[in-house]
Amino acid sequence: MDGDSVKLIGFWASPPVLRVKWALALKGIEYQYVEEDLSNKSDMLLNYNPVYKKVPVLVHQGKPLAESLLILEYIDETWKQNPLLPHSPYERAHARFWSKFVDDKCVPTVIAAFSKGGEEQQKAAEEARENLKMLEVGLEGKRFFGGDKIGFVDIAIGWLPYWIGIVEEIVGMNLIDADSMPKLNSWFHAFLDIPIIKECMPPHDKLLNHTKAFLQVLTSSSSP
Amino acid sequence: MGESEVKVIGKWSSPYVMRVKIALRIKSIEHEHFEETLNPKSDLLLKSNPVYAKVPVLIHHGKPISESLIIVEYIDETWSNDNSPSILPSDPYDRALARFWATYIDEKWFPSMKSIITVETEEEREPYYKVLEEVVERVEDAFGKCSKGKPFFGGDSVGFLDIAFGSFLGWLRVTESLYGRKVLVEAKAPSLVKWAERFADDPAVKGLIPDHDKLVEISKPLQIKWRALAAIGKKY
Repeated sequence: MDGDSVKLIGFWASPPVLRVKWALALKGIEYQYVEEDLSNKSDMLLNYNPVYKKVPVLVHQGKPLAESLLILEYIDETWKQNPLLPHSPYERAHARFWSKFVDDKCVPTVIAAFSKGGEEQQKAAEEARENLKMLEVGLEGKRFFGGDKIGFVDIAIGWLPYWIGIVEEIVGMNLIDADSMPKLNSWFHAFLDIPIIKECMPPHDKLLNHTKAFLQVLTSSSSP
Repeated sequence: MGESEVKVIGKWSSPYVMRVKIALRIKSIEHEHFEETLNPKSDLLLKSNPVYAKVPVLIHHGKPISESLIIVEYIDETWSNDNSPSILPSDPYDRALARFWATYIDEKWFPSMKSIITVETEEEREPYYKVLEEVVERVEDAFGKCSKGKPFFGGDSVGFLDIAFGSFLGWLRVTESLYGRKVLVEAKAPSLVKWAERFADDPAVKGLIPDHDKLVEISKPLQIKWRALAAIGKKY
């Protein structure tokens, strides 16, 4: 049905785009995917997301939406099958809290841990580990953040350990290890084992090369 | 229904705490207020918000929730019946738009206002004024789209985006009076200027915007604190 058409504008290596792909896959929603060249942004993207000019953008019934976590909530509210957010307001508040925590605190400290040097790097790595360890609170007594099945938080943050693993390969530093973060570690492996999750992941080697280039830009632009 | 204990850990001067207060008022929920000193941080705060140790925190049935916009959504979802207005719109796309603009405002507004107060010279303030002016321009435009001709972003009554943006009006006035430069002006944002008056006068909001002179008074020690942090390269 044309009126119901769903379009996702994305970039293959973008974690926020991956979140949306997972949500659409979990709900069984058909969509048209448009790969954006971020070094040469299309008029379409700039038109749909004039504020941030970023991917992902979801276009549904001709109306565009930006910001991945908001898109996830929109998807969950529009297509009711396989709910992503929990039912109770308290658990929903916590799901939103942890997802935001990853974006606001974990990601910047992880990036700092990988892009700084010397003593600053040690400090950043410590902070990153502390933040990651905090996530284990959300896993208390559960297999996934969503409980027995994956939910909102799992797909909001499931990309992070994968990316961290890739950067760990490049930089030779360990942020998530089985001993200090056992719950996070088992969650991550269980999450990645799910076929629908695996299917959407960008290929390892391609992502490795892309991330190497990205890190080089980061480290050359950060102050000594 | 047991209107069980609802507590708010807050600070009188915090725009984020104000959001929670407005939401509770819209739903006619009585609550107990703990005024947080923040220096040192109370045990209650550290226990209720171990991740950020910040206000506001809402404690309902003994369970804490933090982050102001998340708390507002929680309030809307928990007390959702025919007796009180909805805070978020009902249509999913409108809800997404309200959240989008609220998040945008959070990213840009207060950090820029803080910087205006913190940096030393007019030259240094200029780029932050530019950010605020851009936000005003975009939000003026958003107002047209969200309100659809009605008095508030939320339509007939104060809603999510009204709360998100309106909570900053107190501190905006302080910033404007400190340096004599207005940001929310009729020429650039005619709808928002009128909206701001309606917002401040609305029963859900009246009395919750902190007293201007008191805010100006605390802006001075805050300025000293933020400048000291900035001087040692720390985030203020």
